[in-house]
Amino acid sequence: MKVTGINGKKEMQKKLRVGWFTFTCCEDSTIVMTEVMNEHWEEWKRLIDFRHARVLRTDNTLDELDVAFVEGAISSDRQAERLKEIRDKAKRVVAVGACAVIGMPSSQRNLFDESTKRAIQFLVDRFGQSEKVRSVKELVQVDAELPGCPMSEQKFLEVLEGYLKEFNIVH
Amino acid sequence: MHKIDFDLSLEEVTKIEGAATLSVKVREGVVEECKFGIAEYKRFYTQAMVGKPASALPQHLARICGTCSNAHIMASLDAVEHALGIVPSAQTMVLRALTMDGLMIRDHALHLYLFSLPDLLGKDSILALDENDPEEHQLLHDAFDVKAAGNHLSQLVAGRSVHAPMPVVGGFLKIPDSAGIEKSRRELEQIRPAVLRLIGVYGKSPFTLISKTNYVALTANPCSFLQGDLCASNVACIREEKFMEHLSHVVVPYSQASAYAFQGELYRVGALARLNLNKDALKYRTKADTAPYLARFPSDNAYDNNVAQAIEILHCIDEALELLSSHSFHTETPQKVSPHAGEGIGVIEAPRGTLYHKVVLDEKGVVTHGDIVVPTGQNQLAIEWDIKTLIEQWIKEGKELENKKALEHEIEQLIRAYDPCMSCAAHFLEVTWDEA
Repeated sequence: MKVTGINGKKEMQKKLRVGWFTFTCCEDSTIVMTEVMNEHWEEWKRLIDFRHARVLRTDNTLDELDVAFVEGAISSDRQAERLKEIRDKAKRVVAVGACAVIGMPSSQRNLFDESTKRAIQFLVDRFGQSEKVRSVKELVQVDAELPGCPMSEQKFLEVLEGYLKEFNIVH
Repeated sequence: MHKIDFDLSLEEVTKIEGAATLSVKVREGVVEECKFGIAEYKRFYTQAMVGKPASALPQHLARICGTCSNAHIMASLDAVEHALGIVPSAQTMVLRALTMDGLMIRDHALHLYLFSLPDLLGKDSILALDENDPEEHQLLHDAFDVKAAGNHLSQLVAGRSVHAPMPVVGGFLKIPDSAGIEKSRRELEQIRPAVLRLIGVYGKSPFTLISKTNYVALTANPCSFLQGDLCASNVACIREEKFMEHLSHVVVPYSQASAYAFQGELYRVGALARLNLNKDALKYRTKADTAPYLARFPSDNAYDNNVAQAIEILHCIDEALELLSSHSFHTETPQKVSPHAGEGIGVIEAPRGTLYHKVVLDEKGVVTHGDIVVPTGQNQLAIEWDIKTLIEQWIKEGKELENKKALEHEIEQLIRAYDPCMSCAAHFLEVTWDEA
């Protein structure tokens, strides 16, 4: 992987501005990402600016992003607003894992029978959950999807590599 | 007494598994309110498990939590096999022990290196460690080497670190190949010095918060994360199927998770509890190499959970090395499941503490009811209590409470020392909430 640099001089390495966000899910793809990191951390340290990744840092900033990876389904209006804010700030949005891509299994309550729905309704209300749990693309435009429970490591690396090229971080 | 009025609200605790919130209210120097809430939205797994065939249940319940998924699989297999009267073979138990070793190594390493180590070094992130500083350079490389060795052991034995596909009801779908075993043994031996460095780093940490509570853990000798009786620091040990009789559910209205008391008292589970109750059962090689640090247990310092986790990584390396060297694995078809009605309980020690699964099956082997109690739910009240104690100490010592950033940072460090897992804690509906 060739690093971008003008005249090959010691210049500030341009980095891909990445956000990693998690909504309603088991965070399995986050764990897979931290395991993929075992073999790629040196390259990522050089090429990626994790602007917002709660799993990796405390001092997070939601500002302009090249790529937002979004894991999990959307359970509430509050989460939906946050997702729209991320969409507004990110040039590319990637839905990560089954819950983000198709809603399931986090949206399993959508499929409960009426009596089970009635039994859980007080909790749905208490914590301000929306009537239905939704996938990411039901709410915002998605540029790429990483399906699977968890996501495939290989597919994730392919998508990341594609964005590193698209944003001229590597050639 | 300081006449201090103070409000603090943490919307999002970082570098933990999942989402948590905290709100604190101090009036005239007294902590009037300290609410530690689990902010993950409920996903209603105890409802969704109803109607599933028993054989599909472990994989379904793995989805409660990514990082603890293999622990949920082990607990669910235990519960289902008890319900169906299946006794796993000796080889299956060895492979399950190895699955737990891989899980503990990679999960504790995730917590100790990626979540908590930046606190110790005054950094925001593991990736912010300075490669030009010899100690930080070493720890940075150690972090990913140790995680990778745990990840590879999990892949070798269970097929994957997350939602492992190979362990099934009655056995394993695949046995480890000899080339993989050799590679794993080499890697595990190679990371031992790194883990000894890690134990040293946490062992010398100055962070202290003394909090006297009861401790509960599944306890056996030799040490096992899968078998034994439930022991507590102040009562006689009980059999795993009696565990729920000693727990009381505590409603925490601002948290999406259920909290628990053990025999009516605050208690803690996890690595600190395990070492406080059963350190003598660790591997001989582990004990020999960590004697100065092991001497501090039993400990009431909440931050010693970090030291305990680091020592457990070494124990799991030593156990895995021993098991991989002393067993030749042979192909074994998983035992046939003949569906029938039954009730089963499975209790194991997950990385963060005691994990309880209960399942009730009808005559077709289909789930009609289930219960799950996760470690973070059990630790929830102790975490909240310790945060309150920490703030009271700040007030007593006359520290600048107005310096919110510093206090928030210290509170986050304390929460991280518990290594809470919010996905697990918010997995289900506790029916008694309705009555509350």
